[in-house]
Amino acid sequence: MNDLWNGIQQAIWLTLTLDADLVEISLRSLRVTLSALFVSCLIALPLAAILAVRRFKYRRLIISTLNALMGLPPVVVGLIVYILLSRSGPFGVLGLLFSTHAMVIAQVIIITPLITSIAHQSLRELWSEYHDLLISMNTSKWQRIKTLLWDGRRALMTASLAGFGRAIGEVGAIMIVGGNIDHATRVLTTAISLETSKGDFALALALGFVLIALALAVNFTTHWLGRTEREGRW
Amino acid sequence: MFPMTACDLSVKVRQKHIIGPINLTINEGGITVLMGPNGAGKTTLLKALHGIIRLANGQVTFATPAKTAQEQQSFVFQSPIMLRRSVLENLAYPLMINGQDKQSAMERARTWATKIGLSAHMDRPAPFLSGGEKQKIALARALITSPKLLFLDEPSASLDGAATVEIEALLSEAQSTGTTIIMSTHNIGQARRMASSVLFMKDGQIDAHSAANAFFDTPPTQDAQKFIAGDIVI
Repeated sequence: MNDLWNGIQQAIWLTLTLDADLVEISLRSLRVTLSALFVSCLIALPLAAILAVRRFKYRRLIISTLNALMGLPPVVVGLIVYILLSRSGPFGVLGLLFSTHAMVIAQVIIITPLITSIAHQSLRELWSEYHDLLISMNTSKWQRIKTLLWDGRRALMTASLAGFGRAIGEVGAIMIVGGNIDHATRVLTTAISLETSKGDFALALALGFVLIALALAVNFTTHWLGRTEREGRW
Repeated sequence: MFPMTACDLSVKVRQKHIIGPINLTINEGGITVLMGPNGAGKTTLLKALHGIIRLANGQVTFATPAKTAQEQQSFVFQSPIMLRRSVLENLAYPLMINGQDKQSAMERARTWATKIGLSAHMDRPAPFLSGGEKQKIALARALITSPKLLFLDEPSASLDGAATVEIEALLSEAQSTGTTIIMSTHNIGQARRMASSVLFMKDGQIDAHSAANAFFDTPPTQDAQKFIAGDIVI
């Protein structure tokens, strides 16, 4: 209980004094996670819309696979990305291992199936609502996809936030591919892990509270910008 | 575009025979009203003629190429499907998917919103309006492209008298400006007011097809006679 209280106090103190290390780690956490989220959304959202609108061979297989990959163990992803990016691996020549780029790649692999699956679920429901109308209006496939993505944007935002939540709290994969190098690849989660192993529970908790606050701030800001939960909106 | 001809048209859903074989010719102008008991196949026939459900057999042909004919048709569903957008954006949607620029589409949508008495609700999300208002939006959205052929599936089902009068006024105006209308209804009074010809359906077949006056004065079949008299047709 004492550790918890100390953690809260230290978190407040670190935040109020804008501790340089904390700011650096927090900003890196945000940068890595938001980059991964951006790349992931570019892949996941159109893919979800295509899966909702188009009927093609192996569609069901793709959906089942994506659903199964939602529970992809991050450590395994980290290990695979590590092998691929290591000097002896096929992409070793790019020299990405132990960089924030490698961390972004690992996070993209982890969150893309999650965002795609949640987005697909929402867009599938929207498509069943719009199907007859859009078919009767003689819309092209591209117009249907565009309409679904636009009209389902608030549900897609929720899907993206789920991806953000998973990515910002992720530790296993980015520890392996990033290496938790001070001033280079250390992020909030890997720092928490390090401080815990050192026995500095108060600092670990403080970082944990900052991480939670950061995740909440991004969620609230996104909801506020997206005007969700207001009268007459979705 | 006319005449529109259905030749040996039949529809099956999961191997179950729904309608057909139906042979039918619709000429330009007038309002053709589809009547018949529940389950007679009115909605299926409308959708089949409009080309939004797959035919098991037969074909629907027009005097113009199929693509041109398809672009000159609109469909209003029994339960109005509203895009998750404002009233104005719903009205402008068909114009914009046909390549009209946003500004002129919105301008035309504004004119139509005023015409249907929804100028005060232009910026409100359409799905949150009342059933009557939604049906008016659906009809205006179908008419905004000045279609040559308009299909309506029970356009005033579950509407009150005032809303029905408004819908019928819009339909009469559309017909007078050159839109050929094919609509289904259960409302015998509405059929008497609107129809220039009547198609009576039973068990997926056309039981009778004649001019409205003739149909109501001397019903051509026993089932039609019972239906007009308000008896239950099984």
